[in-house]
Amino acid sequence: MIKNTQCYRPRTDLLLGKKKKKKKKAKKAKKKKKKAKKKKSTSCTSGKHKAHFTKMATLAVRQSPVGGFSFENCKRNAVLEGEANKVGYSLPAARKTGTTICGVVFKDGVILGADTRATEGMIVADKNCSKIHYISPNIYCCGAGTAADTEMTTQIISSNLELHALSTGRVPRVATANRMLKQMLFRYQGYIGAALVLGGVDCNGPHLYSIYPHGSTDKLPYVTMGSGSLAAMAVFEDRYKPDMEEEDAKRLVRDAIAAGIFNDLGSGSNIDLCVITKGKLDYIRPHDEANKKGVRTGDYKYKRGTTSVLTKSVTALNLEVVEETVLTMDTS
Amino acid sequence: KMAAATMSPYFGQQMSSKNDLVPAWTSQEVSTGTTIMALEYDGGVVIGADSRTTTGAYIANRVTDKLTPIHDRIFCCRSGSAADTQAIADVVTYQLGFHSIELDEPPLVETAANLFRASCYRYREELTAGILVAGWDRRKGGQVYCVPIGGMLVRQPVSVGGSGSSYIYGFMDSNYKPNMTKDQCLELTAAAVSLAMERDGSSGGVVRLASISKDGVERRVILGNQLPKYSTH
Repeated sequence: MIKNTQCYRPRTDLLLGKKKKKKKKAKKAKKKKKKAKKKKSTSCTSGKHKAHFTKMATLAVRQSPVGGFSFENCKRNAVLEGEANKVGYSLPAARKTGTTICGVVFKDGVILGADTRATEGMIVADKNCSKIHYISPNIYCCGAGTAADTEMTTQIISSNLELHALSTGRVPRVATANRMLKQMLFRYQGYIGAALVLGGVDCNGPHLYSIYPHGSTDKLPYVTMGSGSLAAMAVFEDRYKPDMEEEDAKRLVRDAIAAGIFNDLGSGSNIDLCVITKGKLDYIRPHDEANKKGVRTGDYKYKRGTTSVLTKSVTALNLEVVEETVLTMDTS
Repeated sequence: KMAAATMSPYFGQQMSSKNDLVPAWTSQEVSTGTTIMALEYDGGVVIGADSRTTTGAYIANRVTDKLTPIHDRIFCCRSGSAADTQAIADVVTYQLGFHSIELDEPPLVETAANLFRASCYRYREELTAGILVAGWDRRKGGQVYCVPIGGMLVRQPVSVGGSGSSYIYGFMDSNYKPNMTKDQCLELTAAAVSLAMERDGSSGGVVRLASISKDGVERRVILGNQLPKYSTH
């Protein structure tokens, strides 16, 4: 792991190939030519500047557009990871929600479901994490992928959507949240690892979207995401019907998440549900404790009095104090 | 798959492949594998597409609508990266809508095609998007413009695109005739797209058709069991 991050400047010129160096030389040549041009009117150009004029001819015709997000650090990270692997170290893995998340549109609204396991590599980091995030009173979003990314992305959009709703004076629409999320994720070109299932009810009825880390979205009646999505989708493809009743839909979502929990290693623990209808919101956490912690049937502790005292004899040990040192403890 | 290199971030894939719990396809970019097609007839255009979007080997959406409206009488057929094409289409829809309000008349198909070309060429290194722009306007009637990966712009009477298009170039060359009627065009498009879906793994689902003319847009869906049948299947 990199220490002293404050004084670290990405030496991309050293890490990356020759290409970068050429660009820098070209930029320097351009700057010097500009300075030389200014000087030309007053004094003759020195031999040093003359050499740079010939270099101008080899500049690339097309320069990449300036502005926009710079992904230089991502390249640096990849190179560093490669170098670390060569020595035998591995960079700490980001906590991912292995996950099964899904959503279904039923007669009166939308039901979102999620498991509750968060993994860090092969270890379960959180046995009961909440993957259904609040966006607005009528819109909720399940998140799969990197836990930090889903958490922060949904919080940012929730905040922006609240401001937007105050500006417009209207209840926010699911399509608005969808557009904000997709535009943000596209801007970061997939480096924000957030795969989301967005659902809610607005003035145009119930809506359900799936949003991928690169910024593509699909508007569908039922969606699943995460590592357990194949198991959950199998359940949906078998039993989904349009315009289901609330109880049937809840059972379907519960079964789909259960399929993910029991057939995918990255998903586990309990099933959370969120039922969103026009007037009502039910955030059921947990809806089903599919994996209850077992109760031990046996107890290895012995009761007091199991071993009875037969005899008791006291012997005094005559000890002399030879040395005494006092260590003060700093309790400030 | 598509001949050009995909823009999926190499770096992202490297880091997540460490975690065995999360399968590889969760980190791969969503791609519209695709077969798309557009052809002109006297008085309008007919466009068609399959409906499959894949992330690696998993079908993320089996009922995708790849025929995206850009304006009342102008559509675009999207192929390549789903995120890239959705983003470009949103941008062009906004730009064209603004332009049309400024002009106070319906925009030209050539204008829409040029807006696509401008974005696709400018960001050619970062994007993977192959787009067919088709529509009807008062000046030139039905038109089809092809904006493939790289950002070229060319008008063609008939054009196919996407990974499945390689399988139907021969079919198109032999069966397309100029001056066909609207129904002949629809039949030809349905036949071509279903043939491509049969052979290309990245294309499948249902066939979506649309015909655009002065009178408006007619959309149609041909489900799996209603596809035209051929001797090999």
